[in-house]
Amino acid sequence: MARMKFLCDAERCIECNACVTACKNEHEVPWGINRRRVVTINDGKPGERSISMACMHCTDAPCMAVCPVDCFYKTAEGVVLHSKDLCIGCGYCFYACPFGAPQYPQVGNFGSRGKMDKCTFCAGGPEDDMTPIEYEKYGANRLAEGKLPLCAEMCSTKALLAGDGDIIADIYRERVVRRGYGSGAWGWSTAYRDRAGA
Amino acid sequence: MSNIIGRAPRLVALVFTLLALTFGGALAQTPVPPGPNALTGPNITNEQLLFQQLQGDVHGRVSIPDQRSATLIQPEGQEWREFRNGTLKTVSAASLIGIVAALLIFYATRGKIRIDAGPSRQRVQRFNGVERFAHWITAISFMVLALTGLNLVFGRTLLIPLLGPEAFTTLSGYGKLAHNYLSFPFVLGIALMLLIWVRHNIPDKTDIAWVKAAGGLFSKGRHPAAKKFNAGQKLIFWMVVAGGAVVAASGYVLLFPFYLTDVGGMQLAQLVHAALSVLLIVGIIGHIYIGSVGMEGAFDAMGSGQVDVNWAREHHSLWLEEEMRKGKVAQVKPVGFRAPAE
Repeated sequence: MARMKFLCDAERCIECNACVTACKNEHEVPWGINRRRVVTINDGKPGERSISMACMHCTDAPCMAVCPVDCFYKTAEGVVLHSKDLCIGCGYCFYACPFGAPQYPQVGNFGSRGKMDKCTFCAGGPEDDMTPIEYEKYGANRLAEGKLPLCAEMCSTKALLAGDGDIIADIYRERVVRRGYGSGAWGWSTAYRDRAGA
Repeated sequence: MSNIIGRAPRLVALVFTLLALTFGGALAQTPVPPGPNALTGPNITNEQLLFQQLQGDVHGRVSIPDQRSATLIQPEGQEWREFRNGTLKTVSAASLIGIVAALLIFYATRGKIRIDAGPSRQRVQRFNGVERFAHWITAISFMVLALTGLNLVFGRTLLIPLLGPEAFTTLSGYGKLAHNYLSFPFVLGIALMLLIWVRHNIPDKTDIAWVKAAGGLFSKGRHPAAKKFNAGQKLIFWMVVAGGAVVAASGYVLLFPFYLTDVGGMQLAQLVHAALSVLLIVGIIGHIYIGSVGMEGAFDAMGSGQVDVNWAREHHSLWLEEEMRKGKVAQVKPVGFRAPAE
């Protein structure tokens, strides 16, 4: 079975933010929540690079490890999902996440956080696939429809790749060889390095 | 933990150098041969090199209002994870089991510390209503705060298998609410205690003798002189007031997430909050023991507020003399006959 991953080719990303918009629209993500964002490093200087970043669906996911209520789970395709019925909005996953992926709606008093929201790799949540309740809580389940994440599907420069990790790694490697340079698959050594060494 | 602001110029310079090297250098180099799918993914060296040299976050600019999202990668989360899932869990489990074991051994060997002279019929007012209010508002809120806090550390391991995930989430959700709101009476309690008791808790020379005699805890019939509070109680007082203040301050940083600090600060606040709380819990378990089953007559001080004069003579001799000088003891009417301890 495929092991789903994201890969952003920083040599191609033009910071158009279409991935961000597509994601918000596809999943009807509320105001203040960004499942995906584009970060520009060295803005306005030589060597400027933009990288589209969301949950990387880590191999040994830190969010999953630190969650006090154990609300995360991993699908057979390596997608890290969570149950909003179990989440208590403690914010621990944000402290642990290397990519700043978990987002919280502000509800009630103080800085009290509602149930966490993050990129689902367009794979919904624990509810039955493609049901209204699943859509309401987690957004569209494109994987169940046989489609890949919309952010990468509609990326105009094909900077953002989503799909089977081996295939997208091959595509990227081929690009690096052809053009002769590449600043690396951002986040890969953090997200997919096998900590156990297995 | 990281300090993004302090590191920013170094970071920008490094990113620039690295990217320039990649960009410029690669033209002269022979391209990397396309191998089969490596386990580590394509061309990861730059990212690893970046982390080694930066030892921190990869930070940039975003066009959305949430400036926290401008941090592309923050590896410190892994250290915080190690603390939360490793160090904190091991150290708190060991210290909690340790203190309970130590108290059980103490109880088995020393037994309940009796009033050597037996209870008298005379009682003396030790704590008035305000003092007891300050104590109990702190005590009750602390108990709930401690239990709901420990729930976040051990609940997943101990309670989910017992309750199931849904019931545990309900419990932890209400626990979080209780933890947030009870912080206010807790702070009120420690502030009151500080105001009322600070003058009795300044260390002085009677404490030296008390500490040398280990408070008479390990020797029957030995009662070093003490004023209103002995050295042990002073230690508890300062632990609760100073420790409680820091726990409360770090707690409010967590309660108002990212108002005052960045993700590194939040991680540090959680670390300080959790580590110090465990220390307080361990100290308070000892305090609860000696104030209840550990010592005859001790609970009355915070119960009715009136203690047996013989108890006071043995444990707070200098304070009792002072009270007698003021003529407060004679006014106290004897309350009911109590059978001798034996």
